[in-house]
Amino acid sequence: MAGTRKRRKIQMNSETEQELKGIVRNILESINSGEIPELHLPSRTRDNIVLDQLTSVWKYGESTTRRSAKSLDGAEYLVKFLYVIDFIIEMLKTNKSSTLREMYYISEGWDLAKFGSQGESDLLAEDLEVISKLLREDFKLRPEENGASIIGDITIEEKNRKGDFKTINCKDDVGDGGYTIPYNVEQEKLHLKTHGANFVMAIETGGMFDRLVENGFDERFNAVLVHLKGQPARSTRRILKRVNQEMGLPIYVFTDGDPWSFRIFGSIAYGAIKTAHISDHLAVPTAEYVGITASDILNYNLPTDKLTDKDVNALQSELKDPRFQTEFWKAEIETMLSISKKAEQQSLAKYGLDYVTEKYLPDKLGELGAA
Amino acid sequence: MSKTQLKGSELKEASISEFFEKNKHILGFDSLQKSLFMIVKEAIDNSLDACEEYGIVPEIAVRVSKIGADVYEAQIEDNGPGIDRKEVPKVFGQLLYGSRFHSIRQSRGQQGIGITAAILYGQITTGKTATVKSKKMGEDVAVEIELGINVKENKADVKGEKAVIWDTDHGTSVTVRAKGKYQAGRQSVFEYLKESAVVNPNMNLTYIDPDNRKWTFRRVVEQPSPKSKEIKPHPLGLELGEIRSIAQTSNEKTLAKFLSGEFNRVSEKVAGEILQVSGIDGSKPPSELTLEEIDSLMKAFKEVRMMPPPTDCLSPIGGEFLRKGLRNIYEETHPSFYSKPVMRPVAVYSGNPFSVEASIVYGGELKSDEQVRVVRYANKVPLLYQAGACAITKAISEMDWRPYGLEQRQGSGVPYGPMIILVHVYGTRIPYTSESKEAVANVEDIVEEVKLAMRSLGRGVRKYLRKQQKRVKAREKFRLVQILLPEIGRKSSSILGETEPSLDLVLSQIANVVFVNEDTEPFENGIHVRISLHNFTSRPRSLTVYADPPVGEISGGVNTWEVKEINPAENYSITYDVIGSIKDYPGTDIYFTGIDAVYVQGAEPLPADWNMESLTIEEEDGGDEEEEEDSDEL
Repeated sequence: MAGTRKRRKIQMNSETEQELKGIVRNILESINSGEIPELHLPSRTRDNIVLDQLTSVWKYGESTTRRSAKSLDGAEYLVKFLYVIDFIIEMLKTNKSSTLREMYYISEGWDLAKFGSQGESDLLAEDLEVISKLLREDFKLRPEENGASIIGDITIEEKNRKGDFKTINCKDDVGDGGYTIPYNVEQEKLHLKTHGANFVMAIETGGMFDRLVENGFDERFNAVLVHLKGQPARSTRRILKRVNQEMGLPIYVFTDGDPWSFRIFGSIAYGAIKTAHISDHLAVPTAEYVGITASDILNYNLPTDKLTDKDVNALQSELKDPRFQTEFWKAEIETMLSISKKAEQQSLAKYGLDYVTEKYLPDKLGELGAA
Repeated sequence: MSKTQLKGSELKEASISEFFEKNKHILGFDSLQKSLFMIVKEAIDNSLDACEEYGIVPEIAVRVSKIGADVYEAQIEDNGPGIDRKEVPKVFGQLLYGSRFHSIRQSRGQQGIGITAAILYGQITTGKTATVKSKKMGEDVAVEIELGINVKENKADVKGEKAVIWDTDHGTSVTVRAKGKYQAGRQSVFEYLKESAVVNPNMNLTYIDPDNRKWTFRRVVEQPSPKSKEIKPHPLGLELGEIRSIAQTSNEKTLAKFLSGEFNRVSEKVAGEILQVSGIDGSKPPSELTLEEIDSLMKAFKEVRMMPPPTDCLSPIGGEFLRKGLRNIYEETHPSFYSKPVMRPVAVYSGNPFSVEASIVYGGELKSDEQVRVVRYANKVPLLYQAGACAITKAISEMDWRPYGLEQRQGSGVPYGPMIILVHVYGTRIPYTSESKEAVANVEDIVEEVKLAMRSLGRGVRKYLRKQQKRVKAREKFRLVQILLPEIGRKSSSILGETEPSLDLVLSQIANVVFVNEDTEPFENGIHVRISLHNFTSRPRSLTVYADPPVGEISGGVNTWEVKEINPAENYSITYDVIGSIKDYPGTDIYFTGIDAVYVQGAEPLPADWNMESLTIEEEDGGDEEEEEDSDEL
């Protein structure tokens, strides 16, 4: 299944074209042999992700959904699916690329295949990845979100618009904002060269990222700081994966203490539900969660907010999420439900601006055996 | 009312007008917001009653203008038969004046109180007199009388009378100044006029409001409303005070003659039985009856067997009037469904014949997340107040509407949906909750009849909704086989640079039917219609197609087509125009014969009553036969 995929390199345009045409051929052959055309793909839901023992990340399981032209919805899906493939093949031939949003707007002119929302077209692009076992980079589709940023002693080479690789040190060659991660961080675009760091600290909020930079945390602890910008984009997770895999640096994740932040960690360490087909490409199973935990709220007596109904529902859903079925997470989620409180990273400022770098992080990293 | 004044002989009997002066609210003049509505309503009730009685197609003009702070003038002018000069002071200036006291009939105004009360209210609140202008058929000049009301003596106080030229054949106009507050909305003069226009589709009505805006409701029916018949009262339908007053004014000399002469369904034999049971001497003059004796008579009425009152004396709005009136007034919301009006047979409660007719308007721009609008009428008069206390509302609320496809929380209360329910309760004597006649009292027999009418309407709505669902399904399937699957074939072959595949095999797997689909395109005078038939089965098919447009007329009148031998995978088209002012065309009802129903999608087998149903616009009595037809579906 999805787990057997073993490929890393972005492939040639012509290869992609042949793969996509193979899918189209199956549809056409169904029609010619008098069968109702249909597509099968793994169901992309929480209930259908399983732990891949080999890679320790979560991937889609055995349950599949069927899109059949027998129903109106299925037939509409197939029409859109074919239009997207046609659009991609056209881009491959003319060496163009487009953002997911551009594709959504282009579909305005597709009449029967017009998407109702960008969510729908994004989902279909992901389905196409799942079915073809290719990546959206192969399809010349890219996200519009600008990547997150990195500060720390790590040297990379990035291919610029002229096609030359340029060397950048993410500590010395960047301003306070750090190095901005491009949307394509594959080998063809970005080489990881050398580093002088002990670990990577991935931080959810900009405020905390800036606090750590200002306090010189990266220098003192030889840390590479990565600003996740909330739920991390694919390219952010991908670069974390490459740094971990190619440079051997451990990844620590430091977020707010609420159910949504737990999910941020889940998507980094275990793989996200929506992208479970490429979990082994994105997830870092050895990533460690620093905090804020529910226990931190109690141990450090942090200022808190009450959980909203949505928060409570999210926590309860996490209790059923196969990825969170560890002793640590069950205990933390249940503790949070029982105290009915959440806390932000920046609530540590209660004890002063330096507290997070002088006390909290050293303590927590010590517990995790890092510092 | 009269009973209130009977207490104690030492008390001087108060005049009815004096009583009203102190108790304005009893007749509905209980707030400034309501007073203008009451004045207009009372005048129009009289106008329409008069037109109906004289077979005149009504022409009514209403104007409400602002005179000062909280003071308005209302003028209501009709083309009624006109009133004799000498009668004017009695009709307009005397409460309880009625020329037909001993007989009863279905009419809008009942007790001869309304318009006089309105004038009295105006006099009390502004000190001004009212002006009545009237011209009788065949007379050259009209008479204009200015009058107030002498409260002590309950009679008109005529201030002036003059002959005037009025450029009309006949008619009456009344002008009243009164304190009031003009308001818009569900309980306004405008709403009253609009709802009146629905049930009086033969009325031309113009209305000029205080902001000088003019509205016109045009008639869509040319014939006058059918007249109701006068009958003598049935003994079981009367109250003690009423029997007493009939007895006191009767010309009959003996009680025996009185009983058989003044009442309906009392033969000499029945009168004899009543006297025997009550033990009262039959030779006694009726004027000398004591209250106790009247009481024994009433008890005897209940024991003696007599026939129920005649039922042919009522005058419904009628199916055709209702249908046309609803279309005329509610078409602006583009409803997708008008039910056939339901006409219940005449029933009797406590000796009073009554009946119920009702209809439904559904869909269009009516809001689906709001409660259904209930438009209530009693004896052709819109009821705008006291909805919660009304038997009509009670009947609708007590019914479970959910099986009929409407939303209703916990299966009771006024249901939710894009719908207007019109209910008309009519009879010789409608029991109201109060003298101001704002709501029908909760008499069980009436509630039951309204419920029966509602069930019948509910079945119509359910049928319509099911038809719509089927239509949507057929459309979807049509889109699937006719548009999406060919596109899948086309696109996949073009991506691969190959020739388009044949879809026949796939299509016959998905739809082994003849598809019937309707496309419409509006043009100036109506719509162009194309009925397409597509044979997706593997054999040639023949059938006969029938079209029944719910609105408009088929141009040329041909509505039946023989379709011979459509081959597999082939199409056949029928085109024609529907003429009429059509805004939101709800879709033609398409029927077929000559082919097994399992091989057709998008049309229905021809109903047995095809010709009757489509070619006549007659009143059906809605209830019983339909009830049997659907009862197993519930």
